[in-house]
Amino acid sequence: MGIESQYVQYLISGFTLGSIYALIALALVVTFNITGVFNLAIGEFVTIGALTAVSLREAGCPDLLAYVLAVMLAGLVGALMERATIHPARKASVLTLIIITIGVSIALRGAALLIWKTHPYTLPSFVNTSSIGFLGAVIIPQSLFVLGLAVVAVGFLFVFFDFTFLGKAVRAAMMNKTAAQLVGINPGRLSLFAFTFGGIIAALSGIFITPITTAQYDMGFMLGLKGFVAAILGGVTNVTGAIIGGLLLGVIEAFAASCSFQGYSFTGLKDAIAMIVMIIVLLTRPTGILGNR
Amino acid sequence: MSSKKIWWWLFGTAAVVLFLPMLIQSSFLLGVSIVIGLYSIVALGLGLLMGYAGQVSFGQAAFYGLGAYTAAILATRCQVPPAFCLLIAPFLPAFVALIIGRPILRLREHYLVLATLGVGILVSALFKEFSSLTGGPSGLTGIPYLSIGPVVFDSDRDCFFLVWSILGLVLLGMANLTRSPVGRAFRAIHSSEKAAAAVGISTASLKLLAFVVSAFLAGISGALYIFWVTFISPSPFSFTTSVEFALMVVVGGLGTLWGPVLGAGIIVGLDKLLQWLVPEVLPTAGGEFEIIIFGVIFVIIMLFKPKGLLLPEKSIVTVHPERGNNNHA
Repeated sequence: MGIESQYVQYLISGFTLGSIYALIALALVVTFNITGVFNLAIGEFVTIGALTAVSLREAGCPDLLAYVLAVMLAGLVGALMERATIHPARKASVLTLIIITIGVSIALRGAALLIWKTHPYTLPSFVNTSSIGFLGAVIIPQSLFVLGLAVVAVGFLFVFFDFTFLGKAVRAAMMNKTAAQLVGINPGRLSLFAFTFGGIIAALSGIFITPITTAQYDMGFMLGLKGFVAAILGGVTNVTGAIIGGLLLGVIEAFAASCSFQGYSFTGLKDAIAMIVMIIVLLTRPTGILGNR
Repeated sequence: MSSKKIWWWLFGTAAVVLFLPMLIQSSFLLGVSIVIGLYSIVALGLGLLMGYAGQVSFGQAAFYGLGAYTAAILATRCQVPPAFCLLIAPFLPAFVALIIGRPILRLREHYLVLATLGVGILVSALFKEFSSLTGGPSGLTGIPYLSIGPVVFDSDRDCFFLVWSILGLVLLGMANLTRSPVGRAFRAIHSSEKAAAAVGISTASLKLLAFVVSAFLAGISGALYIFWVTFISPSPFSFTTSVEFALMVVVGGLGTLWGPVLGAGIIVGLDKLLQWLVPEVLPTAGGEFEIIIFGVIFVIIMLFKPKGLLLPEKSIVTVHPERGNNNHA
């Protein structure tokens, strides 16, 4: 493999994982703008989606039905989380709310450990075609599905925000919560919507990425964290920024992990790279690369 | 609480602590008490940062780990006597906090949470990756016991006394610090940073001071920890530990002297209790899924007691400057 095709390969794998980060960042940004809360439990919904789908398939569900049910379950858990923990504490301080979402994430991870133990699981690729050659690099067909999911999700969001009543209400609440309330938009209901939506997007990401990465009870933790980095990279108030941030983080990781310095490989530091990116962005441009100062 | 009352509390606690090992015959409970003491030291530092200076850190395990690794590496690779290691070790985390403190503490709320969390994960990844120095995921063995002159702290009972004596000193220091002009300035920052700055309090320097002190205390605790277990690996210094430290402070009660100690006791106690209880009730399930209950309990505490179990002394709110420190308690 030539050096150029190697770069193409990194770019492809960067975009694949980056799409997942972007989707999670999207869920986070929408939730944050509506509720003012960063849902630190978002990663657990990735796990719930992926592992429920695995279990339902094992129980004999047809693939598509299993995926749909798994996504619905994650949405339901998101809604329950909002009603049981976020809604009652909506007037509490930011720190309290952060700790609540951390508490929920710990509880959900424990539940996942109880149900699915520590085994790694996998889902089959969505199609059975062999890998595709592209400029000397190899594309796994599943990667295209992941990219497709990101595109469809973004498309859906644009339609939703521009053409539906609920979408317009969400946009209004994102711009000015008080003003939205004054014209009769119910922030409590929007908050419920935001957490349900977050659960659904995260679960979809989990199901789409599992054929590539395999799934485990703790898979969501790092993915959720990368979603945060992506959201911060793009500026937390910005939906487009979340997408660009996610893709950028994926590519940065893929290239940085391939670097080596005096024979010392950076592969093991892949997770650390995301943190370094996040800290640098927070310190130099806390509003993200697309945000206004 | 008047200063006389504080002295009584400290003496009372010291007396209880001195007799505790006589009462505790089980080495398990003694071990748990040592862990509570160690975590209390970290939580007290973090309590100064969170409760008094009003800043959050979700990366405290990084400083705890830096102290532990500094002591472990000095003791094993450089053959430095353990007592010196214990003296030197806290300065590395304090120094790191000094360097990163000013830019990081400019951030607020979610951003500060994420930045400190990021530092914590970054540092624990470095512990795993720099295996030539840290021994990587498998860690370092052969750390000697702490010895000061002819005294060797090689039993749980000795370590218990050592840890809780240091905890007592830290408590005493905190009691004095929070009642000093510096402590009052801290509380002013917590109430309103802008108002504090307006009356001439250097908020940035004080926040940095609290951050450095919290890192120093975490470093002491980390060094004490490895001289007790005589083994080090990256796992006790992960993100989970950072979260637990923050929870201890919040559960105990922000802005209180005893809150972090109470919080450490509750969280370590709860953790151990669940580890024992859950397999008894659900014998089929293995693993560490007792964290479900752990998580649920935190959510419940946050929902019903968002300010923690202990409330700050009333005098914090009702100090009358013209009457000096003559408060109601």
